[in-house]
Amino acid sequence: MNVADPKEIFQQEAQDLLVQLENALLDLEHTPHDSALVDTAFRALHTIKGSGSMFGFEAVAAFTHHVETAFDKVRQGTVQLNRELIMIGLRARDHMRQLIEDPDAADIADGEAILAALSRVVAVDQPQVTVVSPPLAPVVSTVTWRVRMRFPRDVMATGTNPLLLLDELRDLGEAHVTALTDDIPLLEELDPTACHIGWEIVLSTSQPATAIEDVFLFVRDDMSLDIERVDDSASVGGLSDILASLGEVGAEAVLTALADKAEQEPVGEFPADAIPAQPEMNMPAQPEKAAIVPAKASAPATADAPHQKREGSAKASANSSVRVPAERLNELMDRVGELVIAQSRLRQIAANSNDQQVKSVAEEVERLVLELRDTTMGIRMVPIGSLFGRFRRVVHDLSQDLGKQVELTMEGEETELDKTVIEQLNDPLVHLIRNAIDHGLEDPTGRAAAGKSQMGRIDLSARHAGTEVLISIKDDGRGLSRERIRARAEERGLLAPGAVVSDSELFQILFQPGFSTAAQVTSLSGRGVGMDVVKRTIEGLRGTIDLSSVAGQGSEVTLRLPLTLAIIDGLLVRVGHGSYVLPLGAVEECVELSEEEDARSRGRSFLNIRGELVPFLRLRELFGAKTPPDRFQKIVVVSSGDLKVGLVVDQVIGDHQTVIKSLSKLHADIEMFSGATILGNGGVALILDIAHLVAFGQAKEEQLRIAQ
Amino acid sequence: MAKTILTVDDSASMRQMIKLTLSGAGYNVIEAGDGTQGLSTARGNAVDMVLTDLNMPGMDGVQLIRELRKLSTYTGVPIVLLTTESDAERKQQAKAAGATGWITKPFQPEQLLSVTRKVLGQ
Repeated sequence: MNVADPKEIFQQEAQDLLVQLENALLDLEHTPHDSALVDTAFRALHTIKGSGSMFGFEAVAAFTHHVETAFDKVRQGTVQLNRELIMIGLRARDHMRQLIEDPDAADIADGEAILAALSRVVAVDQPQVTVVSPPLAPVVSTVTWRVRMRFPRDVMATGTNPLLLLDELRDLGEAHVTALTDDIPLLEELDPTACHIGWEIVLSTSQPATAIEDVFLFVRDDMSLDIERVDDSASVGGLSDILASLGEVGAEAVLTALADKAEQEPVGEFPADAIPAQPEMNMPAQPEKAAIVPAKASAPATADAPHQKREGSAKASANSSVRVPAERLNELMDRVGELVIAQSRLRQIAANSNDQQVKSVAEEVERLVLELRDTTMGIRMVPIGSLFGRFRRVVHDLSQDLGKQVELTMEGEETELDKTVIEQLNDPLVHLIRNAIDHGLEDPTGRAAAGKSQMGRIDLSARHAGTEVLISIKDDGRGLSRERIRARAEERGLLAPGAVVSDSELFQILFQPGFSTAAQVTSLSGRGVGMDVVKRTIEGLRGTIDLSSVAGQGSEVTLRLPLTLAIIDGLLVRVGHGSYVLPLGAVEECVELSEEEDARSRGRSFLNIRGELVPFLRLRELFGAKTPPDRFQKIVVVSSGDLKVGLVVDQVIGDHQTVIKSLSKLHADIEMFSGATILGNGGVALILDIAHLVAFGQAKEEQLRIAQ
Repeated sequence: MAKTILTVDDSASMRQMIKLTLSGAGYNVIEAGDGTQGLSTARGNAVDMVLTDLNMPGMDGVQLIRELRKLSTYTGVPIVLLTTESDAERKQQAKAAGATGWITKPFQPEQLLSVTRKVLGQ
């Protein structure tokens, strides 16, 4: 298993943080006094800086540092947050993104300009070159110190083990440790968890005094510590005299001990390998110092991320959430799809079998497969809010560029949609929002003239409707002009002059390639590329797009998208010899078409369902079925949006777990079918494209009506 | 047996870096994404050392230390903070709450290891 490179994880994480930062900044534009938002912005900057410098993104860290300082001042209330600072913050965010994504391509001058602007608004320290001081050369001569220490009684409760500190002192050089036991209380008063013992150490070391102090860094403030220089020479005589004079060790014992030692290695000349070293780690000469006094740490240049070499030994398991590459999810979904197909074969075998055991196993497998399918699809679901969030910036920038005031409202951000769908929705939605702001909304004077408030509105909403998700982009602008669309369509030869068309047909022309009514082509829209691309993308997702508009009051674009692209609940029907699947979510009801009614309606093909006239299509005719029709044909009423159509089939077989397989390139342009699936008996069933059938049926009805 | 270290940080890249460094040195590393999660993970596991960030959404590092020190199983367990120079005041709060030591960000992997060895022993 390969573990992700921390750098990549940082990049991903930084993207998330930048989104948080951007959202916080955009929110702050409306509520500049919200301290929680300032905190969020600050924390995002803080983490980017901290992690950035650790993973080799020094440029990011250095740049972010200044922005962080500015927002820290805002947080502390010494600097007032204003519009200008927010704008700078947004620019800084973009620059940071560039630095993170591709540091080489980042524009350094741009970064400097941002920092200069920042320092004008907030008095931030100008960037300075930090002087990296070379690590201190080890002092060669050995010095003897007397270290006397007493810890606070609760020292062990806060996790410090005094014995480990003694070990560290021993690592510095030749140490003679004496325990000071005079404070130990009588047994009945003794608290076994408290530290009653002090220590006195005579230490001969070549390390400077700061190295000794550094051992106590974490407890220095709370303990009593005396470090006293005893002797420069560390001669045998000197040391023994000191020890003897302290009355703690007999002078002779010292002499014997030192004599033994002296045979092995001379006191005072510490060979390099006596210094504790972690050879693997490429350690600097003074590891403790580097670690605990980072102000002086002067990041060793040799540290070429040694941890990366150990990737193999690390296992990744976060208990909160796991980032998984999208391909793996797709693979999982494919497997589940295959499993569903295999399961439907099992179901068929079980249905033809008399073996109760087989039947019960088949039932259990079916239940498990269904649950597995739902879980797997659930994993792929992402709230659409992550996508909507990006549009705030689009709207913000666009309204600045066009000099229009726009308020963006969002609804239903928690609506979940398949991740693949969400990713592909970005471009179409950006395009629709641009259109709405550029063409839909009037400029402030135009709005005032129309008696509207100067602030234009864009409402973005998402909601579930059955197995579909509806996304709508609504503006309160001038609305679509039928006359202009008509004139343009005729001019472009997309519509015969004088032809009678309904509103929805007219609006569909907007989605034709090469159509644009914008009087002036702006840099943003009006080039006539786009709406057709939008339509194609949405249809590629098996979705539909609808436009409605009220002159003077605005337009609304509604996208209908299936919840998932992989597996659907379907209704299996038979027409002639062929099996077909209808998405169950689109099915309204099934009714019988009696022979008399069939005979009566021939030529008109209308069905009266509780007073409502519903046109119906004879799939037998449509698909050219050669077999004699069943005596009792059925009509499956399906709906798409507000429109309904009945489909006449020979037999309704039942519900079917439908794993969608796309059609081959040769068949991709057949609009009637959106895909195919494999049945339990190994046969193939085509999946009907309801949106197209409904539109087809309704168009036929409209033609009939116009003809009359 | 390998010693278990709990790392609590809202930054996944930070946790990853800590994990790679420490597990490479033979420690067993478990993770938590914020203080609340850190506390419940600490309750459910035998942990030899806790490494926590200060700035986290929800329960922050100082609160986490306070809560951990209330548990009898966590008296005496070293708790090391990850902090920045600008956090001097909160570092003091954390010490008062019972933190054992600290590492100042940014740090190099070997600094993390040396502090770990310092509080856990070799």
